[in-house]
Amino acid sequence: MGRDCAWAFAVGGGICRLGEALRTGYLAAGHTLTDAAALTSVTLVALSAAATALGWYQKLAARAGAGTLVPITGFANAVVSPAIEFKAEGLVTGAAARMFTIAGPVLVYGAVASALWGAVWYLLRPWVAA
Amino acid sequence: MSGRGVLCFSRPPRVAAAGCVGGRKEAEGPLAEGFDALVEDTRCGQPSWELAESALARRALDIALEKARLAPENLDAALGGDLQNQCTALAYAMRGVNAPFVGLYNACATMAQGLGLAAALVSGGFLHRAAALASSHFCAAERQFRTPLGYGGKRTPTAQWTVTGAGAVVLAPGGPGLPADGAPVHIAGAAFGRVVDAGVTDITNMGAAMAPAAWDTIARYLAATGRTPAGLDAIFTGDLGLVGSRLLVRLAQLDGAALENHRDCGLLIYDRTRQAVGAGGSGAGCSACALCAHILPGLAAGRWRRVLLVSTGALMSQLTAQQGQSIPAVAHLVELAAGTSGQEGGSQ
Repeated sequence: MGRDCAWAFAVGGGICRLGEALRTGYLAAGHTLTDAAALTSVTLVALSAAATALGWYQKLAARAGAGTLVPITGFANAVVSPAIEFKAEGLVTGAAARMFTIAGPVLVYGAVASALWGAVWYLLRPWVAA
Repeated sequence: MSGRGVLCFSRPPRVAAAGCVGGRKEAEGPLAEGFDALVEDTRCGQPSWELAESALARRALDIALEKARLAPENLDAALGGDLQNQCTALAYAMRGVNAPFVGLYNACATMAQGLGLAAALVSGGFLHRAAALASSHFCAAERQFRTPLGYGGKRTPTAQWTVTGAGAVVLAPGGPGLPADGAPVHIAGAAFGRVVDAGVTDITNMGAAMAPAAWDTIARYLAATGRTPAGLDAIFTGDLGLVGSRLLVRLAQLDGAALENHRDCGLLIYDRTRQAVGAGGSGAGCSACALCAHILPGLAAGRWRRVLLVSTGALMSQLTAQQGQSIPAVAHLVELAAGTSGQEGGSQ
């Protein structure tokens, strides 16, 4: 338990530290704050996809657990791994159809939650917004 | 017949030969030396994991037939199964094999189920030569039952590791006057299990779901045959793993029986301290491989004289598990005895 937590903390923290380094780098290269954030996410997703394709991500995840699941790289892994796995069943009925078997619920409930919060915010705004 | 679903063979069929093939993790395990073949490339040069499993099963059968000096044409029937949807691993493996095929499904209990049925058919004189076989493949099972191989999930400590391997056993009529096979092991009895549902809904803890079924079958067999655990050299369960094995011993204790000679194929096939396999091995290939790589050679070498093989199967599907149903389990049993001096004696 303690070892699992230490792994999750170190690896999850490491991924976030990498993200922060990327963001600082993109800012230093002259990108705006919003662009730097977007580029950071894109880079992490690309790195995670590559690591998944090479079979490294799941080896790290077997030890890191939530440390690799929670950051955006975990979401990329959840999309890329079924796409690779079900390629054998065809690009349409396999890779594309199965790509969202794990990530699908996150997208659905993520969209629902943001819509609900949007409605709440709409009602609250007259009172909270300056 | 001495109890419902309990068979004692007056003409115990002989094990003519056995063959088993394992994968890379099995090659690193304690039973590696007992395997007839170990494949480094677990894809077996096939385009899919499903076909790789078929290739393993076919190879195990070929090895068993070769050892028995038989051609597929000499086989009256092959009885077997696997874990894939609609039992496809063996269906595809049996393409081009010139032998009647009886496909079976009882999840990881398939090996003892097939062996018990084959033994009954041979003992009864309905078949002259019959093969029983079962297979599983880690990668094929993962993608069907769990998550994609590349998905970074963490396994719970109670989860078990599906064995990549296949085992096949060829049976022939026992006793004098029939072709000698040089194999001293025979199938003395069999018992078919009842479906037991202990209410376990956690599909990552199948050992706990199967332990009550295992004890149910063992207890019924002991009661019907008058045997005691102490009178047997070993009781091998299929794939209860660490959790299920502890539960089995506890369940036996509650019924006043001491299972001191209990071993589990799932704990024998891997070394849990060295290999990251969770609570141990599982899969239809688990008891099939342990039988062919460990139990039969041990009986032939005189290490044991009389043992039980109790293959245990969890009979849920992805669908029923997602619908919140608990896991029904079944355990089938065969009694294996070495030599012809046992009380069944191989007499005709």
